[in-house]
Amino acid sequence: MLLQLKQVSLSFAGNTVLHDVDFGVEPGRIHSLIGPNGAGKTSMFNVITGFYRPQQGEITLDGEPIVKRKPHAVTRLGIARTFQNVRLFREMSVLENVMAGQHCRTRSGALAAILRLPSQRAEERRILETSLECLDFVGLLGHQDRLATNLAYGHQRRVEIARALATQPKLLLLDEPAAGLNSGEKQALIELIRRIRDERGVAVLLIEHDMSLVMNVSERISVLDHGSLITEGDPHTVQNDPKVIEAYLGQDDEELAL
Amino acid sequence: MDRHSPSTTPDTHKPDFHESDFHEPRPRNLFQRLYAAFESPGRRRALHLAIIAILIVTPWISSQYTTVILTNALLYVVLCLGLNIVVGYAGLLDLGYAAFFAVGAYTIGILTQQFGVNFWAAIPFALLAAALAGVIIGGPTLRLRSDYLAIVTLGFGEIVRFTARNLEITGGASGLSHIPEPSLFGWHIDSSIDFYYVFVVLAVLAYIASQRLFDSRLGRAWLYVRHDEDAAEAMGINRVATKLAAYVIGAIFGAIGGIFFSVNLGAISPESFSFQQSVLILLAVVLGGMGKIPGVILGAFIVVLGPELLRDFGTLRLLIFAVLLLLIMLFRPSGIWPEKRS
Repeated sequence: MLLQLKQVSLSFAGNTVLHDVDFGVEPGRIHSLIGPNGAGKTSMFNVITGFYRPQQGEITLDGEPIVKRKPHAVTRLGIARTFQNVRLFREMSVLENVMAGQHCRTRSGALAAILRLPSQRAEERRILETSLECLDFVGLLGHQDRLATNLAYGHQRRVEIARALATQPKLLLLDEPAAGLNSGEKQALIELIRRIRDERGVAVLLIEHDMSLVMNVSERISVLDHGSLITEGDPHTVQNDPKVIEAYLGQDDEELAL
Repeated sequence: MDRHSPSTTPDTHKPDFHESDFHEPRPRNLFQRLYAAFESPGRRRALHLAIIAILIVTPWISSQYTTVILTNALLYVVLCLGLNIVVGYAGLLDLGYAAFFAVGAYTIGILTQQFGVNFWAAIPFALLAAALAGVIIGGPTLRLRSDYLAIVTLGFGEIVRFTARNLEITGGASGLSHIPEPSLFGWHIDSSIDFYYVFVVLAVLAYIASQRLFDSRLGRAWLYVRHDEDAAEAMGINRVATKLAAYVIGAIFGAIGGIFFSVNLGAISPESFSFQQSVLILLAVVLGGMGKIPGVILGAFIVVLGPELLRDFGTLRLLIFAVLLLLIMLFRPSGIWPEKRS
C-alpha cells in the first residue's frame, strides 16, 4: 500500500467526524472516495494532509508515519492536494502559482539569493522549467504570464492541479475537481486524471459527487457514510451494493414510503 | 518588480474565454506611464546609472546641510527596505521596527566605545544580535493575527527602548557618546560627505538585496504565505520558517542602518529609537506602496525631505505635511507607486 490509514478517528468537540477508518490506496491506482454530504470526505483529506490531527490511529505513506507532521512536511513526503474551492494565490501569475509547488523540492536561502550564487540561479532555472512542464502537462502553456484569477474557472482548476503536480508527489488528492465544470471539461478532466497516473505514475485519490465521472475513471471506490467506511470495491460492485444505495438515499423503508 | 518570466512559448491555445480577458488595462495616469517607460531592462539600467551619477555628484554641488539631510534620507531607504520585507512582502504588521535599529546601534556603541573592539569586527556581533532579536520577537508572535501582532511588536519596541534607558552599559537616559569613527584601509570616515557616500553604498546594496530576495524562492514564499497560508502549507511551504526568515532579514537590514547611524552621529540615546521612529518608517513603507521597492524608496525620501522642504512654513510645517500625507492616502490608498497589474 502507498497510503495506509489504520483505525483513524477524528472528532471535534465530541462530534465524531471519522470513526475507526481503515483505508488504503495502492500505488498507481485511481481511487475514489464517495459518500453523501457531511460523510467526512474532506475531513479525511485534511487528516491525510496534516491539516487535522486525528485523536487516534496511524497514517503512513510508503511506511513513513504522517500523523504528527505539519502539512508542509506531508507535502514534502509526497502527498499533494487541491482544494474543494479553488485556492490559487490571487494577484499572482499562473506561472508563479505553479512555481509554489517546487518550493519543497528546492533549498536556496536568503544569502544564496542575495549573492545570486550559481547554484541558486541553476535552481531558479530548474524551478522555471519544471513549472512550465507542469503547465504544459495540463494544457495551459501560453497562459503562464496571466493573472491566475483572470482565467476561466475550468482553467483555474487545471492551474491548481499543475501546482500540485509541481510538488512531484507520489499521491495526488483531488477534492471535487469536477465541481463547476461543463460536460466537455469533465471529459477532459477524466483524460487528465488518467494521464497523471499513466504518464507520471502518480496515484490519484479523488473525492467527487459526479457519479458518472467517478464510475468512469475509478479503479477502486470507497464509500464513506457518517464517518465510517461502509464498503469498498470496483465501480460495478459498489454501484450495486445495497448499503451504498441506502447511504445515498439516506432513508429506510418507512421514510421511502412517505 | 521584475517578476516577468521569459515567455518561451507562443500562445498556441485558442482563446476559449472572453476576448476582453486578454486586454490588460492600458497605462492611464502619469505614474503608470512613467512606470511603463522603464519596463525594458535597457531603460531601467540607464535609469539606475543616472540615479547613481546624481547621488555621486550631489554633495559637490550642494550645501553641507543638504548632504546631511540626504544622508538621513538614505538611512531611511535602508530601514524602509528592511521593514518592507516584513510588512510588504510577508504581510506582518510591525510597529516596533526601531527596536532592531536600536539593537544594531547599541551593539556597535557598546562594543567599540566601552570594550574598544574594532568597528568592523563588531559588525558581525551587531548583526547576530539583531537576528536573535528577530527570532525573539518573531518566534512567539507568529501565530497572532495582524492586529494582535501590531500590539505585541509595539510592546517589543518599547521594551527595547526602556531597557536601553535603564541599563548602565547602554548609558541610561543620556545614552552613549564618543562612539569612535571607523576607518577603512586608511580612509578615516568622519566628514559628512564621507558618511554620505557610506550611506549611498548601503542604500544601493539594500536595494539590490531587496530586489534579489523578491525574485527568489524565499521572496515568492513570502507572497504565497501572505496570500493564503493554508494553500502555501499544502504546497510544502513551512509558514513559520518563512515568516521567521522575514523577521530576521528585516531585523538585519534595520541593524545595518543602526550600525552606521551610531558611528555617523557618534552618539545615541534611547530617544533616537522611539515609537515615533517606528511609525515614521512604517509610514514611508505604506505611503510609497507596500511591497513595491521604488515606491518604498520614494516614501523614505518623502518622509525625510517633506518636513525639510516645508521649513519655510515654520510651525505650520508638520500640520501641512500631515495634510499632504492624508491627501496622498486618500487618493492613492494602496501607495504612491502604481500596481504593476490591476
